Amino acid sequence: MSEKAIKERMSGNEAVAYAIRQVEPDVMPAFPITPSTEIPQMVSTYIANGQMDTDFIPVESEHSAMSAAIGSEAAGARTMTATSSAGLALMWEELLLAASNRLPIVLTLVNRTLSGPININCDHSDGMGARDTGWIQIYAEDNQEAYDNYIQAFPIAEDSRVHLPVMVCMDGFITSHAVMNISLLEDAAVKKFAGEYHPEEFMLDAEHPVSVGPYAISHYEMEAKRAQEAAMERAKEVILEVGKRYGEMSGRSYGLFEKYRTEDAEFIMLIMGSAAGTAKQAVDELRESGVKAGVLKLRVFRPFPEKEIAEAVKNCRALAIMDRCESYNGNSGPLGSEVTAGLYRNRVFIHAVNYIYGLGGRDFTTEDVKQVFEELKETADGRLAEQQHKYIGLRE
Amino acid sequence: MRTDIQKINESSPWTELTEGFRIQASGNSAEFHTGEWRTNTPVFLADKCKQCLLCAPVCPDCAIPVSEGRRGEFDYDYCKGCGICAKACPFDAIVMKEGIEP
Repeated sequence: MSEKAIKERMSGNEAVAYAIRQVEPDVMPAFPITPSTEIPQMVSTYIANGQMDTDFIPVESEHSAMSAAIGSEAAGARTMTATSSAGLALMWEELLLAASNRLPIVLTLVNRTLSGPININCDHSDGMGARDTGWIQIYAEDNQEAYDNYIQAFPIAEDSRVHLPVMVCMDGFITSHAVMNISLLEDAAVKKFAGEYHPEEFMLDAEHPVSVGPYAISHYEMEAKRAQEAAMERAKEVILEVGKRYGEMSGRSYGLFEKYRTEDAEFIMLIMGSAAGTAKQAVDELRESGVKAGVLKLRVFRPFPEKEIAEAVKNCRALAIMDRCESYNGNSGPLGSEVTAGLYRNRVFIHAVNYIYGLGGRDFTTEDVKQVFEELKETADGRLAEQQHKYIGLRE
Repeated sequence: MRTDIQKINESSPWTELTEGFRIQASGNSAEFHTGEWRTNTPVFLADKCKQCLLCAPVCPDCAIPVSEGRRGEFDYDYCKGCGICAKACPFDAIVMKEGIEP
């Protein structure tokens, strides 16, 4: 049975802060950085007003924020934090420790580009830079998904099959600061869904002492990393279960990705984050003029659902893989590399063209999307050679 | 289910390690004998020692056992040969010797 919905209008940051108040984790260490600053600010206000009972730790840096989160989570407290861009980069070493120590911390990442040039606007270079740190990564299209993904993050992270940290990502400013209509859940429903945190092992359990993060000699290191990878593989089924259960409660179900008009699509755009909304709008307009276009909006980037993506796009004539991030590998962005590798491994040999768009907050419009679909059609018809790694809206 | 860490050894498959490679016990650093890292060795000259105990707290491991207010002979299982104790001693009661034997 569906829970009662509360109609509101909120920015993405407000929506996540609201969800944090509802989940009410035990501890939040955080350091402010644009555009995620509002999240710890709003949570601090909730705490000051007596609306929630979370211990807020004002730390001196993001390095300290993640270190404190690791200590707190290892002690047995449900812990979350929020950051952006350079803040995530400063957490780098600790991100890997949080994952390898199997600590189910939840981090809201408000995506912002990494320097340089220094810039405060959206792209995915922060999240993509952390793609091999062992964190689950879930990307939101809008404020509603940011809210919904946040509430699902705890049951995913804390599942005994997983025990991995989760990064809940939304686009800086575009999602974090733009106000939209949103459907919220009642506090009790969120608390029930997120459940109470009862870790099987924690450092403050004096009856069952445990040492976290020991040194491993070469005889153990590979085995430890393989076991961590297995947890990431298991996360996929847990994410699907939680997404389904969330749908039964809220009326909004979630999978690894969303297929938008892809069933009969000849041309598909694979895209992540807020720009998926732009792509869907363009696809609706193209459909009216008879172009069989579709969008595959990737929600879960880690674990990477390559088999499922390959299955979803195998019948189209051409695929555009959209990266809001440069990878500086001389060939493609990160999604370009991983999706094409996945297509090859699953023996799906369609045209797959990688584009770079929206770096540092550059506009990405429905006209840009239509241009990409036009190029896909020309490529599939053999009138245009595949133009890999093309920048959209670049002044040439 | 807490794994019996006594059963984990260098032949254990990856599926049998503890989650996060945790050690489900405490106080186990004593089982880690860092003394095998040593290339230089401190020698304790008991007749020069005034028992001021400046050496014991600067030892980064637990190579200087103290009992009833007096230090005893080095516990070489934990001595990495760093030489900090020899620097700290005001009475030349600790001398560093090349090699792993005292």
